[in-house]
Order: sequence, then structure tokens, then C-alpha cells
Amino acid sequence: MSLVEEVDYGTPASRAKESVTLTIDGQQVKVPAGTSILRAASELGTQIPKLCATDSLQAFGSCRLCLVEVEGRAGAPASCTTPVAEGMVVRTQTKKLKDLRKGVMELYISDHPLDCLTCAANGDCELQDMAGAVGLRDVRYGYAGENHTKQEKDQSNPYFDFDPSKCIVCSRCVRACDEVQGTLALTIQGRGFESKVSPSQNELFLDSECVSCGACVQACPTATLSEKSVVEIGTPEHSVVTTCAYCGVGCSFKAEMRGEEVVRMVPYKDGKANRGHSCVKGRFAWGYATHKERILNPMIRSSISEPWREVSWEEAIAYAASEFKRIQEKYGRLAVGGVTSSRCTNEETFLVQKLIRAAFGNNNVDTCARVCHSPTGYGLKTAFGTSAGTQDFDSVEDSDVIMIIGANPTEGHPVFASRMKKRLRQGAKLIVVDPRRIDLVRTPHIEASYHLPLKPGTNVAILTALAHVIVTEGLVNKDFVAQRCDADDFAAWAEFVSRPEHSPDVVEKQSGVPADLIRGAARLYATGGNGAIYYGLGVTEHSQGSTTVMAIANLAMATGNLGRRGVGVNPLRGQNNVQGACDMGSFPHEVSGYRHISDDATRALFAKEWGRELDSEPGLRIPNMLDAAVDGVFKGMYIQGEDILQSDPNTKHVAAGLSAMECVVVHDLFLNETANYAHVFLPGSTFLEKNGTFTNAERRIQLVRKVMTPLNGYEDWEITQLLSNALGFPMNYTHPSEIMDEIARLTPSFAGVSFAKIDEMGSVQWPCNEKNPEGSPIMHIEGFARGKGKFMLTEYVATDEKTGPRYPLLLTTGRVLSQYNVGAQTRRTENVVFHDEDLLEIHPHDAENRGVKEGDWVKLASRAGETTLRATITDRVAPGVVYTTFHHPDTQANVVTTEFSDWATNCPEYKVTAVQVSPSNGPTNWQKQYEEQAAASRRVVELEAVK
Amino acid sequence: MSDLEPEQTLSSHDKLVYMANQIGKAFSAEPHDAAVAAAANHIRLYWDPRMRRIILEHLDKGGAGLEPIALEAVRALKGKK
Ligand code: SF4
Ligand code: SF4
Ligand code: SF4
Ligand code: FES
Repeated sequence: MSLVEEVDYGTPASRAKESVTLTIDGQQVKVPAGTSILRAASELGTQIPKLCATDSLQAFGSCRLCLVEVEGRAGAPASCTTPVAEGMVVRTQTKKLKDLRKGVMELYISDHPLDCLTCAANGDCELQDMAGAVGLRDVRYGYAGENHTKQEKDQSNPYFDFDPSKCIVCSRCVRACDEVQGTLALTIQGRGFESKVSPSQNELFLDSECVSCGACVQACPTATLSEKSVVEIGTPEHSVVTTCAYCGVGCSFKAEMRGEEVVRMVPYKDGKANRGHSCVKGRFAWGYATHKERILNPMIRSSISEPWREVSWEEAIAYAASEFKRIQEKYGRLAVGGVTSSRCTNEETFLVQKLIRAAFGNNNVDTCARVCHSPTGYGLKTAFGTSAGTQDFDSVEDSDVIMIIGANPTEGHPVFASRMKKRLRQGAKLIVVDPRRIDLVRTPHIEASYHLPLKPGTNVAILTALAHVIVTEGLVNKDFVAQRCDADDFAAWAEFVSRPEHSPDVVEKQSGVPADLIRGAARLYATGGNGAIYYGLGVTEHSQGSTTVMAIANLAMATGNLGRRGVGVNPLRGQNNVQGACDMGSFPHEVSGYRHISDDATRALFAKEWGRELDSEPGLRIPNMLDAAVDGVFKGMYIQGEDILQSDPNTKHVAAGLSAMECVVVHDLFLNETANYAHVFLPGSTFLEKNGTFTNAERRIQLVRKVMTPLNGYEDWEITQLLSNALGFPMNYTHPSEIMDEIARLTPSFAGVSFAKIDEMGSVQWPCNEKNPEGSPIMHIEGFARGKGKFMLTEYVATDEKTGPRYPLLLTTGRVLSQYNVGAQTRRTENVVFHDEDLLEIHPHDAENRGVKEGDWVKLASRAGETTLRATITDRVAPGVVYTTFHHPDTQANVVTTEFSDWATNCPEYKVTAVQVSPSNGPTNWQKQYEEQAAASRRVVELEAVK
Repeated sequence: MSDLEPEQTLSSHDKLVYMANQIGKAFSAEPHDAAVAAAANHIRLYWDPRMRRIILEHLDKGGAGLEPIALEAVRALKGKK
């Protein structure tokens, strides 16, 4: 194995359609107009020396190393900033050029420490390479004069060091932070000899605006910015391309290795989701994989008051299987079920639902998408006929108006946010519909045209009011609607939204958003060119989540914003494989490809492949399972890669449900909170230790490749297979690619998918079948999957979670960039430096009324329960609204969330809880007792003989 | 452990009545018959047999708490099964 090398073409590709032919060193080459000479040469295989240019950034022309001679032009122009021209004749290597380049290099090297042999970047340094490339053999200037070689290092960032003594002031880092990441944290301060790179205003990296995305580190041609892991371990010797296991953006990375040790994760330029960019989680936060708290041996116990007992894999699997069988004999076939994970691969998820449907013989299977995007599935399927976003990420490059509803991309989907910001800086208009002033509302060089700060729980009212303006002001795209949508449904919808009760003036009273803002936003979306909607959990996690998704679909159809680049309806998925988990048939009512379990033909197909009849009745969803457990009729559960105790609403109810069961099997990396109630613990493998595929928010299926042996002994799919075999339903896969082949045989939208095809194409977007053999970047181009688009009437029903004298504030929840969901992984990395506790954001006015000061402990109480955390005072939230994240188990934010949920899917209403906030001295009794119980429950008796 | 017992929340029985009403309301903008049919269909497709049995038993006992669309939807469900 060797390092996966990527060619650096020096400057970005030109998007021009016309091409230009020129001659470089006697060879003809044809390239798109606007291409730089540097890139054209590189495409011919000629690497002109360069330092300040790299193909992820616009050319800058400062180092003067890439000089060339052009026939008929005087001097030696820089090839990175000079575009090609028809008939141009270029020479890249002449005596004059060689001398000029040597001179430039000599100057650089004369102010550079010559400790190459002990430098972390030895062998991986462009300065070193260029000294070699230009044939520099001696440096005439000594180090006696003034130089920069004694400057102090900034080691404040947990993941990378900044050693200014090695800086050549090429400003690639500054431009990477501006152009690629869009944070603008770096500047070059001073001029001439004094000039130096500075985070914010001469701050340390850690104290600056830097978000640790790593773009500058990657862009730096020297060792000035280098990963601490490279400093510690050394340069990597081989690399493997794989997919990030954190969020739904699905960034592609090169795992750069030394043996079985990961040296660093480097974003992969050919990754079509990320195009070479990354965020702090995927780039740096993989240390959890070898964290000391990871559980590597299977464990069992007969009651949750006992300590865990380590056992062999055989014993653990046999015990779990015998318990499930015993329970089914005693309480019936329907008394057990399971949960698949959006963190696991498609193949693993498919196997878990197969185990439940075939080995358990019922449909009691659900996934954590229940608590995030199940309304997306329901809403988009109703409107368009498929449960998925309509665009690829590249599409945003053609958007003119971007509407973000209930999402915070810079924290939740950072790499896509960077791409979106790039488009916004180019002039696209922005509409933000969110109770909170998210960063994108105002950020360097970006200002939203409209921010609609609605009261939590009034999404449907606002979206219907936007529709009201579009219909009553004659802004409907009549041709699109006539051609593409059901006419009767449209007529009924147009009449419905035109009613006076949906006018902006009425909705202003319900939502608190001024009518003029609603009108302005509606007009801009309908008339501003290509309009694209991106939405997140602020849409779905409501009692009207599904209705809101349908209201969004209605807006896009009415304005003709579907079926081409630049437009569409795009759910931003939370976890890496939420899309995939849904596609794989993790819901109790449907099998892979979103086909209802009651469909006889579909079941027959599965019965033939699996040799078992499937139950035709829908099974239980997660909250229904917990209710049934409390009722005493649901007794056993297999939970793969989920922490339902921490992530699901009303923790106390979840705890009651779990304690009522006789066999809870948790299959995970760590003893998570749910494991406190488990009887069997099956240690899982990380994404670095297995093969499989993830499907990101743009339906893109990408390979996850094994880079090290699973520390726990097995890949996750193998563990599910062991359990299934012990249950008496044989599975005999030898590689996940065989599971994907089975998925393809059984699922029309995946019919053309195979590991071989993904490997060859890099990634594939479903549907991929006979009709679309190469996959489908954009959906519904010629018609909707369901035929005619369906407008649904979206009646606004106020949530029953209402404020009153006891609970006068509305709590809404979200997350931060550096942490991931319940934090099980990110809390076990250096990312805690960025976010070490959940804070309650409260408006100054509400804080003052309650005597709460910055940093005070406060009690947060709702009808469901209470918890304590520290407050931070900010006007990001409106008066009457408070906000927190849920990354830390000791905060127990879900102790206060209620069980209200989406009418169609039971997706919990995390985004609205009526609460009261009052000063407090510290943790509540519940928090203390919980901590004690959790500690007791985590006791482990190690067995010598094991393994 | 006493503090870790569940708070008094809705029983599953009341919860199902609540959910049925929520479904009814979601379709309430449709013409009456269409709304009832859509609500009944939704319950048929998404509720597991036990949940449907509980709500049908509840209907047999008078269906207290079920609002008009939900009530008719549950009746329609009974007709089907
Ligand atoms: S790590 Fe990212 S955000 Fe921080 S300075 Fe570098 S490019 Fe900017
Ligand atoms: S830190 Fe690296 S990228 Fe930035 S100016 Fe210095 S050498 Fe160039
Ligand atoms: S967490 Fe998301 S945005 Fe960050 S690197 Fe991973 S996939 Fe990309
Ligand atoms: S690479 Fe062209 S001037 Fe630096």
C-alpha cells in the first residue's frame, strides 16, 4: 500500500464551456478558457515550480516561482495568474527562468531554519520540494542578519501547531480560511519583513475566531501549520480513502496511516460531497476510537443492579439469543424488537432490520431517525413520492436565493455551510427562518436579506403565510404547476392558503414575525431566480413536523423551484447515515426503498430471498415500544449504536420503559447511558475498523474502508450475523459487499448499486438502476417520482405544549460545531476544549427578571422534569425563548423535554418545551441520584479467561 | 431509586386518544369525508395491531375524548377490520 497522491493543478478548474488550444514546451494542449498556464501545464504533466498557488484557492501571484516565458510577451509572467490564450506558445524551463527561480528560492531559504532532518514535515514539505525542483545547492546569505527563525510557537490549538519561524508568508492559509472555510480568522499583519500571519487580532489560535477546520493546515506548504499528530507520530506511509462517520454531509477523507495507527485524516479532493474540505470533527476528532473507556469485551448480567461480567463472544451471543427466545415463548412473538443505527453502515442497518423481520418474525424495528428526520420521510414521500432531498450539494453553486429553515448549517453541517457561504459571498440572497439569530444571519461578508425570528412552534403558520403571499400576489409559476402537479390538489391548496386567516397580518400575531418581513421573504423566494430551501431539525422536531415538510414542498412546487440545479428541497441530515438508515427499511411500516409492509408483492420478494414469510402488519416505533414496555407487553430489545436514554425525549419515561424489560442488548462502543439499563453489552467497531457504505444527505452512497483490525474482534455486521445465527436464522455473508448485492436485488432504487460500481465512480447517488445507471444527482427532472406533485393542505395546529404562569418560557434545543449529538464520541476527544458543558442561552431581559447573571447555575423546569445547568446571557434568542444543546449526559436536557410528538411519525417535539428558569445552587437530586446509579451500573468484573 | 420512577405521564391509552385526535386535526382542512378517510388510512398504515386494538376497544366503550374526525376515523377502521 502507498499514499493516495492527489495532483495539485495549482489553480482551480475553469467552468467555461469554450476551449483554448496552446503550446507548452512544444506540446499542444486544449483546456477551458480562463484556465491558468500553470494548470494547463499541469494537465500535460508538467509541474511548474510554485509555492503560493494551490488548486483549492484562487491564484495570488506572490511567490514569483512559477514564472514562464510566453512568445511575443516581454518579461516572465507568473503562470498561476496568467490565463491561457488561443495559439499561445509557452516555455517553462529556460536558462533565464532557472536563474530567476533559484534566486527566489535562495531568498526564501535564507530566512528559513535548516532543520529539515528533524522537522515534522520532512518529506512532506513543498518548500523542500521546490528547493530540489529548482536545483538550489547553496545559499549565499548567512543567518547573521535579521531573520524570523527564533519566533515562538503557538501550540494552543489541541490539534495543530503554528510555528511562525517556518512561515514563508505565502498567505495560502489566510486564503484557505477566507475562500474555503469562510471564517476569515486569519490575516497577514504588517508589511514587508514585518509581515506575519495572525489569527484574529494577534490572538492565539484557540482564542481567535478559528473553528479548527484544518483548511489552513492543509493549505500550508511548509511545516508552519502542522498537525500535532504528525509531530508526534511522524509522516504517514500509506493511506486509504474513507468516509467521515459524524454528520450527514459525508465528507470523504484519506486516512493517512503508519501501520495500523492513524496519523491524520486529510479531506479528499475528489470527495464529491466535500470537495477537499472538512470540519473539526471529521478532520481531528477520531481519537475516541482508541479511547481507554471503549469497551472491547462482551459483557452480560442477569439484572441491572448487578455489576457487568465479562464473557466470551460465544457466551454473550448465546445468552442474548436464549433470552430473546425465552421472552418470545413466554410473552409472544411481538414482545421483542430492535433499533438500527444511523451511525452504522447501510449493510449493518439492513442486517439488523433483517434480523428483526426474519429472525424475530415481527416488524418492531425502528431507527433514531424517528427522533430527527422521520417527518422528512413522510412529508416528501407524500408530496413527491420519494423520501429524500432533491439536490446534490454542488447545486448550491447555482442558487440565487437560499432559504434556511430551522437549521444552523455552520454548526450542524459545517462543510456544506462553507460551500453555501461561498455562494452567498458571490451575491446569492439569504432568507433565514429561525427563532434564534444563527451565525449565518450576519457573518463576514454575508447578511441575510430577511431573518424571520418566529416563535417556536409556528412554522406551519409562517410557511402557509408565505404561500398566501405567493398565491394572492400572482407569483405562482403557472406553467410548472400545470405541467407537473395535480391540478385539483393545487386548486384546493390555492384556495386554502388564500384565506384571510393565513395572511401575514394574522400570522404576525401567532408567530411574532412582522407581516412585512413575511411578505418580503415570500416575494424574494418566488421571484429572485433559482430558489433553494435547506431545512433541519427545527422543521421536523415539532408536533407538526410532517406538515411543515409538506408546506415546504408546496412552496417549492408553487414557485417551480424543483427539477434542476440551484433549486430544490433539501433536508440537512443530522447523523452520517440517517438517509441510509431510512433507505434500508429501518421503519416498522416499510422495508428498504420505502415500500409499505402491507404490500403483498413486496413481501413475496423478500420471502423468496430470505426463505421466511414477513409479518404484514406494521410494528412498533421507538416511543410505542417504550409505552408497550411500561404496559408490560414488550420485554426485549436489541439496540445497535443508539443511546435512546440520552437522546430520546422525557428521560424518565425512557428509563421506566427500559427498566420494565427483561433483556436489553446494547451494541455500542462505550457504556452509554442506555447501557445502564442493559443486560447484554456487545462491543461495537468504529468506522475505521469496518467495510461498508454510508449514504449522505444528498443520497450519495460512499465507501467506508477498513484501515485497522477491529479492537473488539468483529465488524458490527459480523456481530449481528452471529446473533441471527444463534437465533436460528442463518446468515452467511463473508463481506459487506454481498449484503449490498442483496439490497440491490431487493430494492428497485438500488438495483444498479454495488461496491464495485461505487469504487469505480467514487460514489453513487440513488436512484441508481436501469433508468439511471450512473445514479441521480438531481431528482424529479422530468416528472415527480409519484407522477404529479401533490399539494397538501397545511392546517396550522398550535402545539399543546403551551406557556403559562408556571412555565412562561419556550425552550428550544440545538447543537454546536465541535460536539456530535449525545457526545459519546466527541466528548472523548480534545474537542471538549471547545465545548465542555451545555449552557442555557437566555435573553438579558428574561435573565434580569429572574436575577440570573452570566455563568450562574440555573434550574430549568418543565412539566416533565427539571435539571440544572449554567446560564449564558445573549440576545441571540428572543425574549421568552431559551436555548440549550444536549451534548453532555450530566445536563440531562431531555429530562425536561416532553413526549409531545409529530402527529404523523411520533418524532418528538424537541424544539418546543414550556419551561421556567430560576437561580439554583447546583445539580438537582435527580441528577445526583442518576449519577450514582449510573456509576453503580457501570461496574465491571473482569474475567481473566476471556479472549 | 424512588426519584427515578416515572413521573405521572399520560397512560398509553390516553396517549393513543391524543394521537388519534392529532391525526384528525392534521387533516381537518380537507373536506370532511376525505379527512376521515385519510385519518383512518393513516392509523391503519402506521399503528401496530395492538395500538389499533386498544383504540377500537376504547371506541366500544364509547370513545370518550375522541374528537369528531378521529372518532369517525376509528369507526371507519372498525368497519375495515
Ligand atoms: S483551522 Fe480553519 S478556521 Fe481555523 S484558521 Fe485555519 S482555516 Fe481558519
Ligand atoms: S503559515 Fe503556511 S500557508 Fe500561511 S503564510 Fe505561512 S507558510 Fe504560507
Ligand atoms: S462532521 Fe460532517 S462536515 Fe465535519 S468532516 Fe464529518 S461529514 Fe464533514
Ligand atoms: S505560484 Fe505563481 S506566483 Fe506563487
